[in-house]
Amino acid sequence: MTHLEEELKSLKKSVLEMTALAISQLKKAKDAYMNMDTEIAQVVIHNEKRMNAIELSIDRDCENIFALFNPVASDLRFVIAMLKINSDLERIADYAEGIASYVVDFDQDLRAELIEATKLNLMFDIAISMAQDIMVAFDEEDDKLAMKVYKKDVELNMINKNSSSVICDFAKKDPDIIVQSLFLFSTIRKLERVGDHIKNIAEELIFYLEAEILKHKKNG
Amino acid sequence: MLKESGEMKDRIKGGSYMLESKNVNVFYGDKKVLQDVTLQVPENTVTALIGPSGCGKSTYLRLFNRMNDYIENFRKEGDILIDGKDIYRKDAEIEELRKTVGMVFQKPNPFPKSIYENVAYGLRIQGINNKDVLDEAVEKSIKKAALWDEVKDDLKKNALALSGGQQQRLCIARTLAVEPSIILMDEPASALDPISTAKIESLIYELKQNYTIVVVTHNMHQAGRISDKTGFFYLGELVEFGDTKQIFTNPKNKKTENYISGRFG
Repeated sequence: MTHLEEELKSLKKSVLEMTALAISQLKKAKDAYMNMDTEIAQVVIHNEKRMNAIELSIDRDCENIFALFNPVASDLRFVIAMLKINSDLERIADYAEGIASYVVDFDQDLRAELIEATKLNLMFDIAISMAQDIMVAFDEEDDKLAMKVYKKDVELNMINKNSSSVICDFAKKDPDIIVQSLFLFSTIRKLERVGDHIKNIAEELIFYLEAEILKHKKNG
Repeated sequence: MLKESGEMKDRIKGGSYMLESKNVNVFYGDKKVLQDVTLQVPENTVTALIGPSGCGKSTYLRLFNRMNDYIENFRKEGDILIDGKDIYRKDAEIEELRKTVGMVFQKPNPFPKSIYENVAYGLRIQGINNKDVLDEAVEKSIKKAALWDEVKDDLKKNALALSGGQQQRLCIARTLAVEPSIILMDEPASALDPISTAKIESLIYELKQNYTIVVVTHNMHQAGRISDKTGFFYLGELVEFGDTKQIFTNPKNKKTENYISGRFG
């Protein structure tokens, strides 16, 4: 194995570890939110510092590889992809932390029928399963699975799109829930953005594996 | 992964750097070719010396095995130390120095002898002629030089029949056979094709586990790929010396930045 290959292998390991941590943050954010558990929420908030540190470390590793090894072809695409995926993972973790912060700030139970009607639970599950699948696609360099994840984002977009009218109907009937409706809507928007970032990761993987650019294409 | 940013922790043997120069000036006659060069090379590292032609980097390299001594009108001021000892002291033995410090040149220079005899040569002139000892040393050295699989069935073949890349690895094997602790390399891959160059670079990267290596190179990318430390020479001065990562991502001196980014040189 050449020095460059060793560095690329090590970079992949670091990005996989960061992906695993981002997934763990999402899962904990879900637990915290669905149960209004401030203790779990605090753990998510605490872990965010670790995510930020890993992001900086991976950025630096990519910079060093560019500067010292001048990678070309698939090696170049790989390092570019890792740099972008690193940024997407950090944003995903930011959203998880944002959701956890709501739990700490809001600290009261949400109306169960509102959660059910907006399909928030399903949204969390789809986002988590997309993140898990993209980690497998990345680890195994499976472009087909990456494409599947890429297309799955549309499901989160649909839930997000419908949520405003659902929440509006509830709020009209019962103005007392306006505050928690806003709180819920904001969470839904965060999960929708999580989906966008996972879709970006799928794009980056396909760019690395197939040299194909999916960005700004109108499918999914 | 690449080390964390900031200073790489230097390994210093017994309180001394493996190689060290202190306020060194070098003259060829009246011409000053190196000016006030102070530099420390830690053990088991690869140090790359870069800079445009005529900047003094090869002259500097050759100070460490006293090869400049053969140049007419050569004169040196300041100290050159290996493992803390002044190698220009009056009672210094050149033969001992050359055992400690091996050298690989730009152009592969095997002797017109068999592969085996090339590698055994240094040991034979030390008076070692025991076949078993030589066999073992030859095999070990050729293996370390990542050449064994390509030549093991034909060690009697004339070394000049090998490819350029193989000849250069053979020269490295020849250097390793006398068990130096330091290897100086002057443009070791500049006469080779990209595949052979990659093999030499991988080899340098592996050899640093057991040797301290100083490489002069015109190829800045090569310096980035193989070295832990980089020194940039310009007009006889050591403009900047530091961790290779720092030199290539955040050089402190504008001249270094201009050189490594190809703006001059």
